[in-house]
Amino acid sequence: MSWRHGLAAALVLPIAALADAPAPGDRRSGYETMSPALRAMQDDDVANPGMLWVLDGEALWSTRAGAADRACADCHGDAAESMRGVAARHPTFDPRSAAPIALDQRIERCRVEQQGAAPSAPESHDRLALTAFVAHQSRGLALGPFDDPRLRPFVDAGRASFHQRQGQLDLSCADCHDRHPGRRLAGNVIPEGHPTGYPIYRLEWQTVGSLDRRLRGCLAGMRATVPAPGAPELTELAAYLAWRARGMTIETPAVRP
Amino acid sequence: MSMRPGRRHFLRITGAIATAAMVGGPVEAQRRRGTMRELEAAVRATVGEGPIVEGRVTVEIPALVENGNAVPLTVRVESPMSADDHVRAIHVFSEKNPRPSIVSFHLGPRAGRAEISTRIRLVDTQTVVAVAETSDGRRWSGRTDVVVTLAACLEDA
Amino acid sequence: MRTRTLVKVPATARRGEVVEIKVLVSHPMETGFRRDRTGGAIPVDIIRRFECRYDGDTVFAADFHPAVAANPFLAFTTVATTSGTITFEWVGDNGFAHRESAEIQVE
Repeated sequence: MSWRHGLAAALVLPIAALADAPAPGDRRSGYETMSPALRAMQDDDVANPGMLWVLDGEALWSTRAGAADRACADCHGDAAESMRGVAARHPTFDPRSAAPIALDQRIERCRVEQQGAAPSAPESHDRLALTAFVAHQSRGLALGPFDDPRLRPFVDAGRASFHQRQGQLDLSCADCHDRHPGRRLAGNVIPEGHPTGYPIYRLEWQTVGSLDRRLRGCLAGMRATVPAPGAPELTELAAYLAWRARGMTIETPAVRP
Repeated sequence: MSMRPGRRHFLRITGAIATAAMVGGPVEAQRRRGTMRELEAAVRATVGEGPIVEGRVTVEIPALVENGNAVPLTVRVESPMSADDHVRAIHVFSEKNPRPSIVSFHLGPRAGRAEISTRIRLVDTQTVVAVAETSDGRRWSGRTDVVVTLAACLEDA
Repeated sequence: MRTRTLVKVPATARRGEVVEIKVLVSHPMETGFRRDRTGGAIPVDIIRRFECRYDGDTVFAADFHPAVAANPFLAFTTVATTSGTITFEWVGDNGFAHRESAEIQVE
């Protein structure tokens, strides 16, 4: 194959061919490596503590807030219809910022701009609750497909950072989550790292938390530089992870150890 | 804390533990005797003196515990749960937690069954003991050994 | 954070049937053993007592210690005796008190 042909092939190659992530169909949610007891905790809506946040988000959805004195429901109606599938599309390309935007950031923008509400912190209870409620409307749907070409450069950047060795341990995300999933780190099974259930109820946290929080925790564990909550590099990484998990089933609110 | 009044019952509850602990060597055995003694004291403070018979009580915890912050626990007592023969209370104790008492359940014939599930915190691999009080004033116990794995990536909270 | 609960009671049951009840309540169950970033002790703040009443009678109760997991979950049983209200009450530190109820139809 000539140099020119090779280049042409590289240019038209879909992203999938470049990645060494588990192939679609082979990917396993962390749910599948959990004990039957934890799976039961996630499956039973009365036993799943994440449902408490969903319930709180449901109440917020129809509570009037901000200077506009408007509820989410006043514009968006029944979330079961209007929000179904929304989480499956996030992070999505946001033309205004010309960058990907995560679901909680999208909700926050709506709260601040449409409701005139005071800005909320990324890991605040209300933001988590509303995000969990909105994401829950997509439970059972497939993630993706994330085929917007405008999103691609950010997915690529996220993939690059996923494969970038960093921190004092000189590890990349891929070292664990692409190359050694299923093996153990201390007592825990290393998951493939799919963002299918966020916000999740993590037993380690004893509360619900965002993907950002999980990524920051992972980076801290690698002794790497930890970006601020909501930092663009985290959203790029989230965009790559979402694309990598495309086709997988949304579980929100997932339970994880 | 005096060991004297409850010594025989202490052994009854902890007998198998002492044997198991020998595997870990004399230091581990002594450490576990210490923690089991605290458990025993908590049992006595809760149900008083008198015999505690091993049996009728099942403590069910999954073989694999991925995180000690929320460990699924089911306790079950064999009982007809009738008006004149039923379980009045079930107390659950930990060997190694900072405090031995975990939870107490109060029930009666209107429960229909003496079976309760909850989620508890266990700080480490250890023994969990449940003591049931029945309507005839007798006490029964059951226990289980639990392996608690620790999380690999603890974030700076 | 507002207190939220999830309660599962069968809507209908046969008289004499043993029915399962599940309850989940939002509460951090702060143990009193943790420290904050500056090394200061975080004071204990837990639910101490749970009670379930069926038609006014206490049919189940629990005393919690700090070793009960955050967002306490309980599953227990009761005999369906009569159509009526089953109430759930959680009481704890710092004036915590929350009440919930469910109706059961007994045939």
